Amino acid sequence: MEILVPALLTIITAATPLLFAALGELITEKSGVLNLGVEGMMVMGAIIGFVAVHYSGSAFIAVIASMLAGGVMAAIFALLVLRFHASQVPTGLALTIFGIGLSALIGQSMIGIAYEGIPHVSIPFLSSIPVLGALLFSHDLLVYFSLVMVFAVYYFLNKTRGGLILRAIGDSHDAAHAMGYSVIRVRLLATLFGGAMAGLGGAYLSLAYSPLWVEQMTAGRGWIALALVVFATWRTGRVLLGAYLFGGITILQLHAQALGIGVPAQVMSMLPYLATVLVLVLISRDLGKIKLNAPASLGKAFHASS
Amino acid sequence: MLPKLAKRPTPSRFMVYLSPVLALFLSLLAGIVLFLIMDVSPWTALHAFFIEPISSAYGLSELAVKATPLILIGVALSLGFKAGVWNIGAEGQLIVGGLCGGAVALYFYEQEGFHIIPLMMLAGVFGGMAWAAIVAFLRVKFNANEILTSLMLSYVAGLWLNLMVHGPLKDPEGFNFPESRIFSDSAMLPLLHEDYRLHIGFLLALVIVGLGWILISRTLLGYQIKVSGAAPAAGEHAGFSTARIIWVTLLIGGGVAGLAGMIEVSGPIGQLLPSISPGYGFTAIIVAYVGRLHPVGALFAGLLLALTYLGGETAQIQLNLPVAVTGVFQGLLLFFLLACDVLIHYRLQFKQPALAARGA
Amino acid sequence: MLIKKTLTMLAAMALAVNGGAAAELKVGFVYVGPIGDHGWSYQHDQGRLAVEKELGVETSYVESVAEGADAERVIRQLASSGHDLIFTTSFGYMNPTNKVAKRFKKVKFEHATGYKRAKNVSTYSSRFYEGRAIIGAIAGRMTKSNVVGYIASFPIPEVIRGIDAFTLALRKENPDAIVKVVWVNSWFDPGKESDAAKALIDQGADIITQHTDSPAPLQVAEKRGVYAFGQASDMKAFAPKAQLTSIIDDWSPYYIERVKAVMDGSWESKDTWGGLDTGMVKMAPYGDAVPEDVRKLADSIEKSIVDGSFHPFQGPIKNQKGELVVKEGEILSDEVLVGLDWYVEGVEGSIPK
Repeated sequence: MEILVPALLTIITAATPLLFAALGELITEKSGVLNLGVEGMMVMGAIIGFVAVHYSGSAFIAVIASMLAGGVMAAIFALLVLRFHASQVPTGLALTIFGIGLSALIGQSMIGIAYEGIPHVSIPFLSSIPVLGALLFSHDLLVYFSLVMVFAVYYFLNKTRGGLILRAIGDSHDAAHAMGYSVIRVRLLATLFGGAMAGLGGAYLSLAYSPLWVEQMTAGRGWIALALVVFATWRTGRVLLGAYLFGGITILQLHAQALGIGVPAQVMSMLPYLATVLVLVLISRDLGKIKLNAPASLGKAFHASS
Repeated sequence: MLPKLAKRPTPSRFMVYLSPVLALFLSLLAGIVLFLIMDVSPWTALHAFFIEPISSAYGLSELAVKATPLILIGVALSLGFKAGVWNIGAEGQLIVGGLCGGAVALYFYEQEGFHIIPLMMLAGVFGGMAWAAIVAFLRVKFNANEILTSLMLSYVAGLWLNLMVHGPLKDPEGFNFPESRIFSDSAMLPLLHEDYRLHIGFLLALVIVGLGWILISRTLLGYQIKVSGAAPAAGEHAGFSTARIIWVTLLIGGGVAGLAGMIEVSGPIGQLLPSISPGYGFTAIIVAYVGRLHPVGALFAGLLLALTYLGGETAQIQLNLPVAVTGVFQGLLLFFLLACDVLIHYRLQFKQPALAARGA
Repeated sequence: MLIKKTLTMLAAMALAVNGGAAAELKVGFVYVGPIGDHGWSYQHDQGRLAVEKELGVETSYVESVAEGADAERVIRQLASSGHDLIFTTSFGYMNPTNKVAKRFKKVKFEHATGYKRAKNVSTYSSRFYEGRAIIGAIAGRMTKSNVVGYIASFPIPEVIRGIDAFTLALRKENPDAIVKVVWVNSWFDPGKESDAAKALIDQGADIITQHTDSPAPLQVAEKRGVYAFGQASDMKAFAPKAQLTSIIDDWSPYYIERVKAVMDGSWESKDTWGGLDTGMVKMAPYGDAVPEDVRKLADSIEKSIVDGSFHPFQGPIKNQKGELVVKEGEILSDEVLVGLDWYVEGVEGSIPK
């Protein structure tokens, strides 16, 4: 127990940036847009969030700024993809190259600057319950927000008319267009949401996880977030599962190393990747269920006259 | 205001050639703005980026060396993408190919003979194929999405290579540093000119471009690949097996990526290191698309991308520009290249098209 | 040979006569990471800036150069574009540096942390492990749980040397203390480094030390109320209470000395392995938490390393199995240290191979 609770806390921290970015990408992909630029949007969120907190001193402003930064990056993507019909896959990759470069340029004067991290909120009384108190009621606000977003995304996708339209457009943009929905506008909004959430995921790194700025500090987490959406077979609940599974195994292998297990560290580091593949294989075997969830027009361009 | 786009009845042959020129022109304008902001002379910077690296025979040879893996993988991936098979893990297939090819070179260490290079090539191709085969198997047998499996296996491949050069393949006389021995001469690709690093791998890349072209435009398999990508249901109706297309495109992609890995270790690197590729497998995805999923397009796109890397180095040396500027400029260039291709299928519905396009 | 020497002498004289010509000297640097890593490459770039400031020579650099096919091209480009002296600052540049050096005999090369030299290739490295011996002793005096956490990057000899030197010093002060090592397989990934720090603290470590670049582990230590040591630069800003001291890499004195040597023509190929004595390794001021007697101990160890009366790898040294490998009165030679690949007694776990 003594080790378990703090280990679980570490896992939650490790999973939160992945969760934010993956939830955003889930909405984007559900509308039929595949944005591979998550890493670039995350790293921009990280630096803009850090710059904002440095100059304003307000974590709230920093969080908003990071979401705007991610949103602006997503807007570039949307302009190219939705307006100019550029292929989605390379445009996303180009966005990542662009974002890593731009964040490094902006961040030049932020190196070596410290920030104490966004405040933790311990809910009175509840947080003093043994075990559960620490586990459930003493995180930073963004952790709670990430869980709220899981429910919000789930509710939106499955229980609202907006979610229905979004899914309809993702499944068949031509049919949705024929029914009178604005495919482009919905996809634009979904893409912007994805960007804002990726920006937030990046900001979680630079404001809470390890509150500092170094170049390329997202270290490939955008790619993992992207993989998690696929892992989740486009279901909200499984995004949560995937983020915590990946974060969990990452942390557990570090613990196993500290215990002195005689397995090469490189092999231990492989475990989160292998586990995700394995679990995906297990949950993908049922062909029919996946097809129901994967947006059928994912990655395909849409033009009203076509 | 943005111009309105109207679909052309048929793709414009003219724009196929003009759009990259337009994109380059727009990138130059964007570059001038960027460099003015960075407070360096735009002329010097653009010269360093695009002219300086290829103003000597040596520069051209280096361009070809850098472009070789990008062209190879770009061609192979474009086949898969055309068929709708999302192999984004060519990086891992390249690493395993390099590892297998390198292991053969080390096995024959200090031996001479013309059999070593072909054996290394076979090992590289089969290594890459085997790595991609895992992805194909999981996709066909268990319906596991290849985006996830191929990406995750790339990380695994990187760690595996790292493990091997820290362990069994470590140079016994290398003071325990994570590097293999330097390959003996028989395990090094022949050079095309003794003063340069340009090796026969580049010629192989050209051959692959040719083969890719023939495959996609002249063979039944190429036709099946195109149909499967455009209309999977139609393909199934016509009796093409989706599973077969997945297997074939992934094996080709993996095999060629593995060959590229072998060429890197046996050509410019000459030994196994903890990391043998600065992300060629990922950059090649861009190459495939900027080349419009056409083998000849991948050739030009590979050379262009390689030029931006070389140019970025020159710009750093001559102007002390941080590498971040290269990233921003590369991103802009790609944005324009990808956006301008819209003009092949669409035309602008405005009186002043040239002016309006600048709004992009 | 004689002709060459005369030529360099003439060149040196010409420099002396024509003072302004010194400004024509060009020095190139190749970095493996981005300057913004705030660690290894950042510190080398600080050295470059010091050279510019001190000597007024022109410098250029290329950052984020992958160890592989790209390195040779970049080094050659620097060599062919009029650079007189080129510093290649990562181990993986060893073979590319030597290859280029063969072709450009007039250009001088300095390769960091390697072991292959040529007439125009020097090697240089830093005895960071001397710093580890000091922080190990501090940790030995200050740990209460007798568990110290070590965040490591890759199992190369330099990192293992650090772990061993730290552990020897730790257990000299506190024979019951042990070291837990976690490898993160990365030089800088702040998130992962902080995860590793948390895992080690959760397993009882009350002092954290690291051989990775970012200050993230110190931030974790600060938050969790344990102690930590900085890496590469003074990281007190990130952990004002937690940082006990920091091992600072300072390349400036060496870089200035070598550039000067090229200017006055005295440059020769040599191997430099500098430590506390040369100023390549420096210790940051002690944190407030370090008590007076521990400061005195640390100061005396530093002094004894500098004056040569003490060596961090001086016997008796036992390996993990408890076998005596270095007898009392003997010192592990530099030849062994260069390729060190075994743990001393007191380190938990095994070296990834």
